[in-house]
Formats: sequence, structure tokens, C-alpha cells
Amino acid sequence: MKRERSRCAFLLGALALVLPLAAGSAVAARAPEGKPGAVGKVRTASAEEKQFAVPTPPFTPGIFPCSECHKEMKPNPTRRELKDEHTNIVLNHAQGQRWCLDCHDISNRDKLHLVSGEKIGFDESYRLCGQCHGDKYRDWKVGVHGKRTGMWNGEKQYLLCVHCHNPHDPRFKPLAPLPPPTRPENVK
Amino acid sequence: MSNQESRATPAFRMSRRKMMKGVAAVLGALALPEKDAPASVWESFFQKHFREMSKPELEKVLARLEKEYSEKYRKAVKVRATPPIEGVLYGYGLDLSRCIGCRRCVYACVQENNQSRDPQIHYIRVLQLNKERGVDLEEAEHYYNPSKVPEKGHFYMPVQCHQCENPPCTKVCPVQATWKERDGIVVVDYNWCIGCRYCMAACPYGARHFNWKKPGLPAAEMNPETHYLGNRPRPVGVVEKCTYCIQRVRNTPGRYTACVEICPVGARKFGNLLDPESEIRYIIENKRVFILKEDLNTRPKFYYFYAT
Ligand code: SF4
Ligand code: SF4
Repeated sequence: MKRERSRCAFLLGALALVLPLAAGSAVAARAPEGKPGAVGKVRTASAEEKQFAVPTPPFTPGIFPCSECHKEMKPNPTRRELKDEHTNIVLNHAQGQRWCLDCHDISNRDKLHLVSGEKIGFDESYRLCGQCHGDKYRDWKVGVHGKRTGMWNGEKQYLLCVHCHNPHDPRFKPLAPLPPPTRPENVK
Repeated sequence: MSNQESRATPAFRMSRRKMMKGVAAVLGALALPEKDAPASVWESFFQKHFREMSKPELEKVLARLEKEYSEKYRKAVKVRATPPIEGVLYGYGLDLSRCIGCRRCVYACVQENNQSRDPQIHYIRVLQLNKERGVDLEEAEHYYNPSKVPEKGHFYMPVQCHQCENPPCTKVCPVQATWKERDGIVVVDYNWCIGCRYCMAACPYGARHFNWKKPGLPAAEMNPETHYLGNRPRPVGVVEKCTYCIQRVRNTPGRYTACVEICPVGARKFGNLLDPESEIRYIIENKRVFILKEDLNTRPKFYYFYAT
């Protein structure tokens, strides 16, 4: 701090000259160049599905593998309200049109299935979501929609859609904010 | 000229000269470290500007700082001076259609970058705006504190240093204590900053912060992975700012910034503007993007966008 004062004193004269000049140039208007948002080259999505590094799906503890409970049960494909198990699941996701077996596979309980019939693991559930939410899926793959962490110039981890959105009730849940900054009048 | 006058004038000159000498002595005493100050204080006093130090000189300085900080914070503190990566120009994206205003980023930044807890310094300010009015900074509120966010009818716009390509802040610095690095990060040499705060006046984004008091950084919370131009402990009387977590992003491979890592909705994006495959380039090429106060020609490398 002391040394800083010395430099300050040393340069005091010069400062008075510099400031107005620099401030002037800072606001000088010039035609904006390279305006972002312009149409760029179109990327071609590769046809085959790339595997993404994702953490373990957020299963309710003790619920997976599903086949544990389901192996003794006779599959019942009839659309109905579940009365005995999974009663905590309230479907708030295109409820009129959807039900369990649209996504969960009836013959292999530990899998999900796509409309094509292809069975996929829960760690690939983004492919299932992507069937309806194609635009979000496209953005997710390039790292624009959703969260990805890791290295900006190396390995990246993706979160699955279901890490942020409960698949049965997908709206993002509000959070408590962290405290606001101290107001100037409260600074001591 | 009367006798009296001719006597009076030299008398006055004498006294002025004496006064000037007195001023010089006071200034000198203020400026120089005390006679018996520790050697490190003298060394840092005569330390060169960051950009003028030779490699061995820099290494000596880094070693001195590491020792000083390690003793002060009672842990092994690393002070690096990792240079920019060739072919990299950092860019930042923030999805305004996603941010929920939760301020997780604000506190992750404080922790990562060793900001003062008391008095408080925040590099990121999250503005709450009205959906109907759009980006109207006059109406912005950053002290909002409801029980849950997002609040109906509002959206949020975090503001931090935009790492301007044409930064007004560096131009006004009378001692060149702040400058733009080759990778676009605007940095401050805290050993060179004289605390005149001209840069704060020049920055149109309120992105620079002054240490009015000795920064309050609890030893236990001190992040020991530091960079000379970034999150190393700051003295009182200097200006500091966001450096895109220079201590993280300049490594190969380089981590994402702390605010990108924490954001629960993934609203924050970061990457190399010169890499056509990076997410930041994808955003600029494919999304509705805007920069703040475009008319000032600061040319920020911080892009707000709407993913939907
Ligand atoms: S946002 Fe402010 S501090 Fe950051 S580079 Fe621009 S003028 Fe400088
Ligand atoms: S952490 Fe993300 S969602 Fe929360 S305020 Fe910051 S940018 Fe917005």
C-alpha cells in the first residue's frame, strides 16, 4: 500500500491528462463489427448415436434393478391407475397420452425402449427423450442445452435429461436463491 | 525595488523550497518500506512489472509469494504464472432463457477466486429483470431475495467482466497495471496497481472491484491453487476482477470456470472462440445472441443468448 501511494504521487500529474482522453475513446461510437448471431455453417449430425459420458441415472435408492421385484409378476399391459406400487409417481408429462409402457419395456424391466422397439439402458435415456424433444436433444448433444462439466478443451461429462427433469413431472423445480449482496448502506 | 521587497522575495523562496523538501520527505517516508521492514517487503517493492520480468526473475517472485502465502494461510499455496495457450481466445455464453437467478455462481466464484468475504467482494452480480420490459438496466434489481427463484414474470441476467476485446479499463490505467492477454483475458498485476480506480470508472459493466479494506479471507477457505494474475491473495488498495478463472482455464486440459461448473441449470457456457467445434461457436452461429451495451464498442467476449 505504501509503495502504491508513492507511484500514485509520482503519476498524479499524468493521470489528470490521461483520464478524459481514455474515457472519451471508450465511448467513441464505431460501427459494430462481427456481430454475433449471424447465420453460420450448418453442422451435419452424424447418423449413428455417439455415446456420451454421463453419471449414473438418479434412481430412487433401492429401486434398481427393476427386475428384482418384477420377475415374479405377470406383466399387465392394460392402461390403468397404479394402486399398489409406484403410487408416489404422479404423471405430469403429457398425461392424457402417455403411460408407463410407452417408455419402460414390458419384457425387460431393466430397459427402456424407443418407438422403434430398440431397447436401451437407463444411461442412454436421452435418446428416448430426444424422440419428442428433438430440438433440445440437438442442443444437448453440442453442449448448449443442459449442463456439461469437465474440460473445455478435453473430456466432458454430460448430465442426463433426468438429472434436472423428473421424467414423470419434468418442469424444473424452483430453488432457494443464495443470499443477495450486502447493500451499500449496510457496509461498515 | 525597495530593500524590503528584495529581502522579502528570497525569504519567501527559501520557505517554499523548504516546504517542498518537507513534502518530498513526507512522501518518501510514506512510499518506502520502513527501514527494518522484512527483506520480502523490499523485494516486492523493487519487483518489476509482470510483463518485464525475465523467467528467472519471475520464478523468484513466484517462489517468494508461495512462501509468504503458505505461511500466512498455513497450507501449501501454489502460485503459477501459466501463459496463454496458443490459438485460444476465450468466449463465454449465458443462456438467458435458462438462468433462474439462484446465485450459485456468485458464491462458487468467491470461493474459487479467494475474494474477500468481509468486506464482501462479488465478481458476479445477478440482475433480476422484468419479462415485460426486457433488458432494461434501469429497472434491474440485484438485491432480490424471495424464498424461491425464478419468480413469475421475471428473468435473470448475471453480469461479470466481459473480457472486452476493446477494453476501456486497460486504456485508462496510468501505470499499465492492467492489460489484455493474448487469450483475451483482461488481467491486473496487483503488485503494480496503485489503486487510482480509473479502470473502475471506465468499465461500463461495473466489473471491477476495489479493496477498500484488507481482504477478509479465512485461512481455512483459501483456495491454494492460484495464478499470479488471478486468484492469489490481494492486498488492500488494489482493484480486482473476474479473469475467467485463469488458474483453471489455462491448463491443458483446462477446466471449465467455477461458475460454469456450479450452475444447476447449465445456463453458463465457455470455450475457445477460435475452435469451430466449440459450444461457444455453435451458440454464436446458431442462437439469438446479444452483447451488452454494444453501442460502446467494447466488443465483449461474453455473449448472452436465448437457446429457445
Ligand atoms: S467488462 Fe469492464 S473490466 Fe472487463 S474488460 Fe470490459 S471494461 Fe474491462
Ligand atoms: S448459477 Fe446459473 S442459474 Fe444460478 S444465477 Fe448463476 S447463471 Fe443463473
